[in-house]
This record gives sequence, C-alpha cells and structure tokens, in this order.
Amino acid sequence: MSNAIEVAMTRPIVEKPEADVFAVDPSIRARRRENTLVIALRIALSVVLLGGWELASGTIVSPFWVSSPSLIFFALVEMVASGGLPFAIFSTMLVAASGFVLGIAIGVGLGVLFGVNRIVARVLDPYLTGLYTLPRVALVPLFILWFGLGFEMKTIFTALLVFFPIFMNTLAGIRDVDDDLIDVIRVMGASRRDTIFKVLVPSALAWVFAGLRISVPFALIGAVLAEMFSSSEGLGYIISNTANQFDTAGLFAALVVTTILGLALDWLVGMVERRVLRWQHKRH
Amino acid sequence: MVPIVEFDRVSKVFFKGSTQVHALQNVSLQVRPGELLAVVGPSGCGKSTLLNLTAGLMQPGMGEVRYDGSAVDSVNTQVAYVTQKDNLLPWRTVESNVGLPLEVGRHRDMPAIQKRERVARYIAMVGLKGFENHFPAELSGGMRKRAQLARSLVYEPDTLLMDEPFGALDAQLKLTLQAELLKTWEGSGKTLIFVTHDLTEAISLADRIIVMSSRPGTIRSIAEIRLPRPRDVFQVRFSPEFGDYFETLWAALREDMKHGTELH
Repeated sequence: MSNAIEVAMTRPIVEKPEADVFAVDPSIRARRRENTLVIALRIALSVVLLGGWELASGTIVSPFWVSSPSLIFFALVEMVASGGLPFAIFSTMLVAASGFVLGIAIGVGLGVLFGVNRIVARVLDPYLTGLYTLPRVALVPLFILWFGLGFEMKTIFTALLVFFPIFMNTLAGIRDVDDDLIDVIRVMGASRRDTIFKVLVPSALAWVFAGLRISVPFALIGAVLAEMFSSSEGLGYIISNTANQFDTAGLFAALVVTTILGLALDWLVGMVERRVLRWQHKRH
Repeated sequence: MVPIVEFDRVSKVFFKGSTQVHALQNVSLQVRPGELLAVVGPSGCGKSTLLNLTAGLMQPGMGEVRYDGSAVDSVNTQVAYVTQKDNLLPWRTVESNVGLPLEVGRHRDMPAIQKRERVARYIAMVGLKGFENHFPAELSGGMRKRAQLARSLVYEPDTLLMDEPFGALDAQLKLTLQAELLKTWEGSGKTLIFVTHDLTEAISLADRIIVMSSRPGTIRSIAEIRLPRPRDVFQVRFSPEFGDYFETLWAALREDMKHGTELH
C-alpha cells in the first residue's frame, strides 16, 4: 500500500465540536424564532376569533342564535357555582373512562386473537366489516331496550365506539410484525406463547397507542351521546337540556367543557404513551 | 462422518402471498460438521429456502432434510438464524435483546447470574461493551448487525445459518464485519452456512462454495476453496488463487444471472 494513503488514514480525528455552535448556529436561532412566531399567531388567532364573535353577537347576528364569549363565560361561572357542572363532568368522565377501558380490553384482546389466528380472522372478517359500517348511533335505542337507561348502557355504547379503532390498530400492529423475526425466535426454541407475549404484543403496542389517540374522542362522544339520549345527568344531559330551552350560552358552555376534557384526555394518553414507548423516542 | 446437514433429493414449492414459487428442484447436498459453506446464486434462486428447510421452518415438498442424521420435521432449535433484515426487538436494549434466546427454549431455566455472565461475554466478543443499555434505534447499522450476531451466538448453537447478513451494509463495514466473523468462527468448531449473492464475500470466507441456478434452484457447481487459514479478508482477495476461483465460479454463476428474478 502506498505511503500517501497511510498518511491520509492516520490523520487525527477531531474529538468534539465546540459546544458554542449550539448557541450561534443560524439554523438553531431560525428554528427558535419560528416556534415563537407559531405561539404568537395561535394566541392572535383566538383573540381575533373570540373578539369577532363578541362584536358580531348582538350587532350582525342575534345572541339568541350564537350567544357570545362573554355570555358563555358567565353561563360557565353559574354552572360551576351551582355545583351542577362539576357533578356533570364527574358522571360523564366516569362513563367515558369505564367505556374506554372496556373498549380497550375487548379491542386489544380480539385484535391479538385475530392477529395470531389467520383462520379466525378470515372467518369473522366480513361480519366485522358489516358491524363497522353500521351507524352505531342507531344502536342506542336497542341498547336502551337491552340494558336500560343506566350506567351499563352508556358504558357499553361508549365501549363499542372505542372498540373499533383499537381493534383495527391492534390487528394491524400484530400483522405488521416481520415474519423473519418470528422465524428467528422460533428457531431459538420459543413457544407460541413466548412469540405472542415477547414479540407480537409488545410490537403491536405502538399501533395500539395510535388507536388510543384515535379513540379518545370516541370515548367522550359515546358518553355524551348516550347521555343525550337517556340520561338526567352528565354533559350530554346539559347539552340536550340547554338546547331544548334555547339556552345557547349554556349549550356552548357545555361544548367548551367537553372540548377541554377531550384535550385533557388526549394529553394524558400522550403522557402514558411516552412512558411506555420510551424506546421509540430515544433516537438521535 | 455423518454430515451435520444433509439434503436428499429435495424439491420445494411454497406460496408467497398467492403466488406459487417453485424454489428448489432435486437438491442433494451434504454439509460437513465444522465447515464454512457459502451458498451463492442469483436473486430468488432458493438460497434462503435452503436455510428455511435446515431450520425446520419449512418442510420439503419431496425428498428429505436431515440434521445430524435425523429428519428435520419441526423447528430445528440446534441452529441459530441470522437474517439480512435488522430484526432486533426495538423495545429492548442491546443487553436484553442478546439475552432473549436465554429466556425461551432450553435455556429458560439457566440461573440468572449465569445468563448475565454469558450475555456480557458475547456482547464483549462482538465489541459492544458499553452499549448494553442502548436501544437498537440508537445504534449504527454495523452495531445492530453485531448485536444480532451476539444474539445468535449466545445460546451456543452447533450450526449458524446466515442469510446475506452483510448485504445491506457499505463496503468498508462489510469487510470489517467479515473479518470479525472469521475471527469468531475460526477455531470455534461450529458449522456455518452463509448465503450471499456476493462472490467475493463467498470466496473470502468459505471452505466450500455451492453455486445455485436460478429458479427452480438446482446445484450448478460445488467448489472447494483451499485458501490458507486463518484468512485475512483484506488481503486474501489479492492472491492469485483468489482470481482463479473467482473466474471459475463466475463462469458458473454468469449463465443464470440474467434470468434471476427477485421475489417481493
């Protein structure tokens, strides 16, 4: 080998870049500026929208139809003061949470069962597609007939809404596992049980969490919908009750609370996901 | 001497999705214990099928596959399988990935201390000391390959099956890992069946090379590679014998290269 190449190969390697580069590099400053701009614009957007709404209400459109941010705020304060809202939130959340948990349990369970058993999956596939396309709201009256007006009916309906995204994602997650990987672990002497619990289920978890994110709104929708149909408590009841009384401010107030709950639940699931799927976020 | 792996007039058809694949046609082959056998051939010529049959992941359509004298009729846990794709479990650290084979199968009941000791030994052997707690996503491609190698060595199987393990790596890294593989294998007494489409790689590593035809795969030629051991993969390619082997084998391989079809 020639000398020139050896000389080229033994050139010393620079150990570390200077830390200062992170403070002065224009790409970092540009990114920071962009982040600040996004937050400022978000706040500006809500100010413009709420301000416009406030101004339009009573001048262009009657507050009877659209209420106004200030009226909604006062309605909220009143609901909180009377104690009605905290109780409504509690009962809605109870239904949403128990429906969510039930839906997850059934969705993940059936997803795994279908994922590992091709015959079962092929046999039941058309039936599930049928059930999936059915407008599930149409089932509420039937559920009332079967389970009454109470907690069970609301929970089961919520679970049904939550079930599908979770089930579909679990199934996709299990099917997504590389066959090579399963072959390799079988050669190591793994039993079917090992394969399911050490490979298939953990590997489907990322998909399951994607399903959870999708079904968080469904849990709230399910609970609120069921309450609108049947209940004398909860946010759904407030929504249908205020609507019946043409109380648009109260109606909007309930919608605001429902939206905030949805965001809070989504955030919670996101937190859990980051903990459980730690390995996914550990990238360079 | 009983061959460690023996193919006796094996033919094989399998389904890839809904397409029928005629992978092997009347293949007879004997693998000697302790040898490094390379299998080369055009893409999709049934090289991987040979390994799948040896591992008992597939059953022959006709003929018989024997391992250490007895027919392979279920998954063969005497072997370890390294595939081309990266398939470490992404949610496990290096240490826990390498320890996986000791959690399943016949090593399940090994005392925890022994398991830890053995995992540490093989991690050190492949040069990953200090990366035990890293997740695969934090490793480079070469390091992931090393971890995979440690995972297949840790349960100390008699035979190692490798399916184009270095196929996706860049040229320099490939050479480095080939050298490390040889260093690990030479003197270990283990049998290694190494599938590749890279003739240079095959000649650098192997004791014997099997050239396969395009689908349905048949054995076109078998060559003994009498290059001295221990071998230096960086130097061996410049020896005159290397060139002779290359020409002979290339002639056998070339005819089929244009017919090769990749399966997806």
